[in-house]
Amino acid sequence: MSEPALRRGTAVPLRRDDVDTDQLAPARFVPYFRPNGFTNILFADWRADPAFVLNQPAHQGATVLIAGRDFGTGSSRESAVWALQSAGFEVIVASRFGDIFRGNATMRGLWTAEVDHEVIERLWAAVEADPWLPVTVDLAARRLTCGEVESPVRIAEPLLRRLLEPGDPIAETLGRLPEIEAYESAAAGQRRSGPV
Amino acid sequence: MGRTLAEKIWSQHVVRPLDDGADLLYVDLHVLHEVNTPRAFDDLRASGRRVRRPDRTLAVEDHNTPTRQGALEDLAGRRQRELIRANCAEFGIPLHRLGDADQGIVHVIVPELGLAQPGMTIVCCDSHTSTLGALGVLAFGIGTGQVEHVLATQTLPVHRPGDLAVEVSGALPDGATAKDLALALIAQIGTGGGQGSIIEYRGEAVRGLSVEGRMTLCNMSIEAGSRAGLVAADDTTIDYLRGRLEAQGRADAFAEAEPRWRAMRSDDDARFDDVVHIDAAAVGPRVSWGTNPAQNLLIDGSIPTRSDFATEEEWASARRSLDYMGLRPGQAVRDLSVSTVFLGSCTNGRIEDLRDAAAVLAGRRVADGVHLLIVPGSAAVRRQAQAEGLDQVFAEAGADFREGAGCSMCCALNEDRLAPGERAASTSNRNFEGRQGKQSRTHLVSPRVAAATAVSGRLTTPEDL
Repeated sequence: MSEPALRRGTAVPLRRDDVDTDQLAPARFVPYFRPNGFTNILFADWRADPAFVLNQPAHQGATVLIAGRDFGTGSSRESAVWALQSAGFEVIVASRFGDIFRGNATMRGLWTAEVDHEVIERLWAAVEADPWLPVTVDLAARRLTCGEVESPVRIAEPLLRRLLEPGDPIAETLGRLPEIEAYESAAAGQRRSGPV
Repeated sequence: MGRTLAEKIWSQHVVRPLDDGADLLYVDLHVLHEVNTPRAFDDLRASGRRVRRPDRTLAVEDHNTPTRQGALEDLAGRRQRELIRANCAEFGIPLHRLGDADQGIVHVIVPELGLAQPGMTIVCCDSHTSTLGALGVLAFGIGTGQVEHVLATQTLPVHRPGDLAVEVSGALPDGATAKDLALALIAQIGTGGGQGSIIEYRGEAVRGLSVEGRMTLCNMSIEAGSRAGLVAADDTTIDYLRGRLEAQGRADAFAEAEPRWRAMRSDDDARFDDVVHIDAAAVGPRVSWGTNPAQNLLIDGSIPTRSDFATEEEWASARRSLDYMGLRPGQAVRDLSVSTVFLGSCTNGRIEDLRDAAAVLAGRRVADGVHLLIVPGSAAVRRQAQAEGLDQVFAEAGADFREGAGCSMCCALNEDRLAPGERAASTSNRNFEGRQGKQSRTHLVSPRVAAATAVSGRLTTPEDL
């Protein structure tokens, strides 16, 4: 089944580089079976500061997060993605993403739109001037617009396809089981699939 | 044209290319720990699927495990262990439990057990899986959804990353360690410098490192944005593996595999997408000052000031880190006092790291008011330390050498945490805000600097003592 190729919503301007996954999901909240799930764990330590941007009334209900360079670095914890989604975010815009985070986000349907850092600066300014200004990301066209700001979006083909047609990746792979078994026999024959 | 080591391993593991440009990659060994796996098993059950190759899957308890008897244990930690035990029992996956002779941090025990061998692919639900690249293994961290995929299929659809060569010319000076080299690289290329690439570490200084040192180096590849680091197999690698396999009575298997392992190296005319050069002679003991691992400098330096940054934006970001760390621009690094020193983790919790620390601590005492916490990377590391009498050295120095092995204060998922605002020197890998406990302040260092710092109470090298 195909997903709509366009997402639109108001945005939170997070003026920070190097937002690591320990901030997105602090370790003490990582255990999976918490009674309240992952609600309210996002940026738990930063949110203690009333001045923190996510606490601003103007940004309540936002579905787009605009951050700086190297968003989602560090730990592979997928709870970082669950925390963002539990807080209502559908699209993360940044000028560079941690690889593991970006893969995890894609698998769970959280969009990651990479744009030039110069575009990020303009987006921050635009959204700070008008918190109601919507950000539109058209994945099929690989394009982002926000008021006067327009930019191409960088996303690799496999990620794009997975977002637009999530399907069931495990079922797809299991459909190739004969090829996996053939690989296993061949590798065993050549003794190249360790460990010995 | 020649091929890189990463390309060779990759191409040997492609089950088939996929039509979106990714490859379906075969996973030789899938390793699990208790924290990032429960949902993968729940989802697997919900879809009625099974674990396809439990014989190529191995689990261990490490992240939440207590490090001493009678510790006031977090209930969440105990529940995580109950879940991995139940899941492994249900699906027939071997598990190294707390208290087991082979238990320890996942990236420490896999090489110890001789399971990381040149040319293999290994994945684990942990970003520091890159550690295993030290043995010429293409090893990388994956998320929970991918764990489920590997459990069900023993494969993973992945897009092949680029090839980044890190050429370290010359030899490391006395007093400079693999940890310092890793920190120097990250300071040079930044937290995103290796993004989208597999790093191959090359050059004289890398050849000169032990397998343990290479693990420290590959471990922190992820801190430079790279999912995997590699060191090609050489005599050092082969000797390490010979030792492991012969100790298991498997000399025949070693002899049969050795020629294949030795072939696991980049061709002389292999082309890399990018090359970073590092002069080993300029590497010295380093300390992180900020809240990401790229924010580090030589211990001889002082805390950065406005003039160290090109733009107002960079300075604002640095100021934020300094405020969090409670530091003043221009302060000498050696003037900084710490109350806790942590020696351990998948970065520096191996026997060689404990030996480095013990050499500094022998005949000395930990400073008053300083807690030196030493957590072995594995139960085997602890036994070896006892066999060598390092436990005596630690006891006489007044250090707190824990019984239990695990991640401990590196990620603060068990009961070992810093107090809010507390400053520590740590041999771990991440100085993120709150990483070692809420509002913790972490200075990343090598084991030598950690031990010397415990003795003086300030950031110090052994040569200063």
